[in-house]
Amino acid sequence: MGVADITFYAFAATLLTAGFLVTVSRNPVHSVLWLILTFLSAAGMFVLLGAEFIAMLLIIVYVGAVAVLFLFVVMMLDIDFAALRGEMARYFPIASIIGIVLLMQMALLFGSWQEAEVARDLRQAPTPDLNEVHNTKALGMIIYDQYFLLFQVAGLILLVAMIGAIVLTLRHRKDVKRQNVVAQMHRDPAKAMELKDVKPGQGLG
Amino acid sequence: MNEFLNTGLGITLLIAAQSLLVVAFVMISLVFLVYADRKVWAAVQMRRGPNVVGPWGLLQTFADAIKFVVKEVVIPAGVDRPVYFLAPLLSFVLAMLAWAVIPFNDGWVLADINVAILFVFAIAALEVYGVIMGGWASNSKYAFLGSLRSAAQMISYDVSLGLIIIGIIISTGSMNFGAIVAAQDTGWGLLGWYWLPHLPMVVLFFISALAETNRPPFDLPEAESELVAGFMVEYGSTPYLLFMAGEYIAIFLMCALISLLFFGGWLSPIPGLPDGFHWMFLKMAFFFFLFAMVKAIVPRYRYDQLMRIGWKVFLPFSLGWVVLVAFLAKFEVAGGFWARWAIGG
Repeated sequence: MGVADITFYAFAATLLTAGFLVTVSRNPVHSVLWLILTFLSAAGMFVLLGAEFIAMLLIIVYVGAVAVLFLFVVMMLDIDFAALRGEMARYFPIASIIGIVLLMQMALLFGSWQEAEVARDLRQAPTPDLNEVHNTKALGMIIYDQYFLLFQVAGLILLVAMIGAIVLTLRHRKDVKRQNVVAQMHRDPAKAMELKDVKPGQGLG
Repeated sequence: MNEFLNTGLGITLLIAAQSLLVVAFVMISLVFLVYADRKVWAAVQMRRGPNVVGPWGLLQTFADAIKFVVKEVVIPAGVDRPVYFLAPLLSFVLAMLAWAVIPFNDGWVLADINVAILFVFAIAALEVYGVIMGGWASNSKYAFLGSLRSAAQMISYDVSLGLIIIGIIISTGSMNFGAIVAAQDTGWGLLGWYWLPHLPMVVLFFISALAETNRPPFDLPEAESELVAGFMVEYGSTPYLLFMAGEYIAIFLMCALISLLFFGGWLSPIPGLPDGFHWMFLKMAFFFFLFAMVKAIVPRYRYDQLMRIGWKVFLPFSLGWVVLVAFLAKFEVAGGFWARWAIGG
């Protein structure tokens, strides 16, 4: 067993343990933190596969942005853990039935799994050889040259989803005080200040 | 000796020794940076600054560090212990980790990886966790508010930092720091560096770096007039020291990034003078001086202004710049001023 194998098993073990703890942790914030460890271990395994660009993207997008927002939301929750545990006992039977059904479906699926004859070759050489083209470049060629149209369509779908989310949540509330930044920036001392010559004993009256 | 260095144990020892060298360099710089920072504010405010411990107060930071370490660790009631202690460790270790891919001279780098710039960016994105975890685990409203502010702030400025970096990557055609610096070596010295073709982005990058590292004028997460000390309220002694050290190391890292991306790293500004580590160090020190001056001169921003600048000014501007640079590079405008592969850089 070489260094690469040992590293792989270390990452794999961390990934599985952390993934398990995500579901088992009592505290939802701890769950999110374990989830972050899971992402990081997955990134480590991508690096071992030679896909360092995907690994860095996984960290930047999922750990650096998505998980932060997750944590943001979860930290705000005010959860009564005792009530949550009571609920769990109630829903446990039906949840386990759903779990067993899903497991059986998956077993059926894998039992009758058939592979195309060319699939193995395609999987073995998804991109040009790493010695010829660096994997960032290879990925760029696939996305921006080969599948350019599909990539644009995917972007369009995301754009629609984004506009939808904004339209659904945008409300103009009238009862909130707002900062008018442009007006604030255009204030100058002549408009904001006035000098008064106050006579002794008289005040401004 | 050479044979030993090619065995597994030899390579491991060599890497460990090199890492130790980088850590020692960063830690020693850190000690004197804190001192320099305080001296610069003192000079701006017409005070004398630290001047008691050692000659000219040079040993002041050592005294402070020893004070923090020997203090008792007070743990507030109701904290989430593992997360509470993990947070300062995380912010220190992550700040240190990014130095693994920063080159100090041609080839002087611990890990010469292809995606070095993305690695630094990923680590910078992770640094927010130290702050969020610390604020949440402290079980205090001030700390929690501080960490929420920080999370929103760091995510907002990550976006514009990333877009600015993309402009540099387009100009170079590589994400390796060695290649980025080599692309700036055009034989015109100072004028060949990226600050000239990417001029507006230098300013944006500097301001985003201030916001990303929670430096004044964007130190809202620890705005003492509103939040006491923000996410660090409940921390004392060594955990506090780790937060503080992590913050300064992250700032120094940003100085190194600005030097590498826009100011030619270890290249000499005047053609003919030898390139080398001293140029890199001088540039980093100069940008740290600018960071210190900003802290001394500029008053703190309001939180809504900070968010507005990040999303409504920096983001559209840097996005537009990426599109512009992509065109300028593709059509090799001005003889490859924005496309360094065209002029053999």
